Amino acid sequence: MAKDLPLKIETHDFSFFYGAKQALHNITIGIPERRVTAFIGPSGCGKSTFLRSINRMNDLIDGTRVDGHMVVDGADVYSKDVDVVTLRRRIGMVFQKSIPFPKSIYENITYGLTLNERRSKSDLDSIVESCLRRAALWDEVKDRLHNSALGLSGGQQQRLCIARAVAINPDILLMDEPCSALDPISTGKVEELITELKDTYTIVLVTHNMQQAARVSDFTGFFLMGSLIEFDRTRTLFTSPSKKETEDYITGRFG
Amino acid sequence: MQTSSSSMPLPKRLIGFFAVMIALTAAVAVLGVILGMVGSFVSNGGGGVTWTFLTEFPRNNNTEGGIWPALAGTTLLVLLMTILGVPVGTATAIYLTEFAKQDSWFARSVRFAVNTLAGVPSIVFGLFGVGFFIQFMGNGLDSWLGTSSFGDGSLLWSAATLAVLTLPVVIVAVEEALRAVPRDLREASLALGATRWQTITKVVIPNAVTGILTGSILAVGRGAGEVAAILFVGVTYSSESIPTAVTEKFMHLGYHLFVLSTQSPDVDLTLPLQYATTLVLLGLTFLLNLTAILIRSRLRKR
Repeated sequence: MAKDLPLKIETHDFSFFYGAKQALHNITIGIPERRVTAFIGPSGCGKSTFLRSINRMNDLIDGTRVDGHMVVDGADVYSKDVDVVTLRRRIGMVFQKSIPFPKSIYENITYGLTLNERRSKSDLDSIVESCLRRAALWDEVKDRLHNSALGLSGGQQQRLCIARAVAINPDILLMDEPCSALDPISTGKVEELITELKDTYTIVLVTHNMQQAARVSDFTGFFLMGSLIEFDRTRTLFTSPSKKETEDYITGRFG
Repeated sequence: MQTSSSSMPLPKRLIGFFAVMIALTAAVAVLGVILGMVGSFVSNGGGGVTWTFLTEFPRNNNTEGGIWPALAGTTLLVLLMTILGVPVGTATAIYLTEFAKQDSWFARSVRFAVNTLAGVPSIVFGLFGVGFFIQFMGNGLDSWLGTSSFGDGSLLWSAATLAVLTLPVVIVAVEEALRAVPRDLREASLALGATRWQTITKVVIPNAVTGILTGSILAVGRGAGEVAAILFVGVTYSSESIPTAVTEKFMHLGYHLFVLSTQSPDVDLTLPLQYATTLVLLGLTFLLNLTAILIRSRLRKR
């Protein structure tokens, strides 16, 4: 299927547990580099859990456990010598709710950059501008960079969060239902952005919206009850799914 | 009550009516008690609170003069208590909310200790102060340093005792403030490659600073009015000077009031001073609470 493409993220029999409850069952998948991969499935199917396992955000929850292998760039993410902070700097994340820090627009972008190193003002200025341009937000905010980010509209806030994630220059962008709280126009802008960003980043997108997966992604995986039922090129998966469950779901027979 | 009462049988309506009346009476009574109390102190003591009253030493066996050493002593005590207690309480709260596994044996023990501490009578803290701070730490310091200044009641040990007493207030208030910071904000910070500690200092604490400040000020208010806890650990009923070192003894408004009203050869003679002193003590507490409210509303606006 994707054998001709270099893989960025690979898992082998990856399982995930919240305490005694198993949320992911032996997921084996290869996510190609610089493509958009979408995960669809009904609520609670494990797609977000899987996404959050890639940059180990689930570590923050007490009593979780993983099994199997999660490999990013050839290295196991869960091996003992992995520094989680370094890992997360290579994997940007955009959340369902747009959550700018209650700081200025400028400070939101520079937050990740100034954590570990000092940078000159001119350096920061140019990064802020380029990131905001990448997020198609520059023209709307260039005159109020030092105003609070909380004054932006929901759609602008979400694009700011994308700009903020892009600023630390990751290879991978994880997006957890980035449009679920946005109106159609803002959604359109974010989707356009995703298409542009895939030249540079490997994008993994979790979405409730099948049309969105069909519009923006190159590959789609269908999750059901903690298992990856099917993973294929988006067109193939939506037009001729090989599994009955997938067909039932995309034709709206359940879920 | 009015909307549905018409369809209800009479006894039920009567019960409802009396319940409301009792609740209302209780509320009015509380308001009355507070207004009466403050009113009586203002009308009886208001004339006594003059500039000289605030800035003079007591004279003639506490029957004349002012309360300056008690006012200064209380202020110094509260300042020192804050410096000692608030950082420890804040650090504990940060540990409990940000680092401890919520159901771990250690976190649960700390929580249990904090809750227990909150219910201990303040006189017990005073005795603890004598045993732990003066005898154990003070004497220990003295024999280690070769001095003789720590093994007795002092401003330092009183402040330390009060710091322990107010610790639960600080911890609970700061914990609440930290918990109110949305989990999403922490995750956003961590996802950008921030360490836990960076997330705490750059995102969590700035967002909780209102709660931390108001909690601290409420704790300070609690400590400022406390007398029983400092009875044995450094307060004195009469002093010729303002303390210049933390190892000196000090006068205190609350204790001074106790002295005026019970330890004077002629209690009636000190009555105007008692009223005025009470008013100052009330004013001080009110000022602290007002500061807390102002800080809260100002930071909320931002």
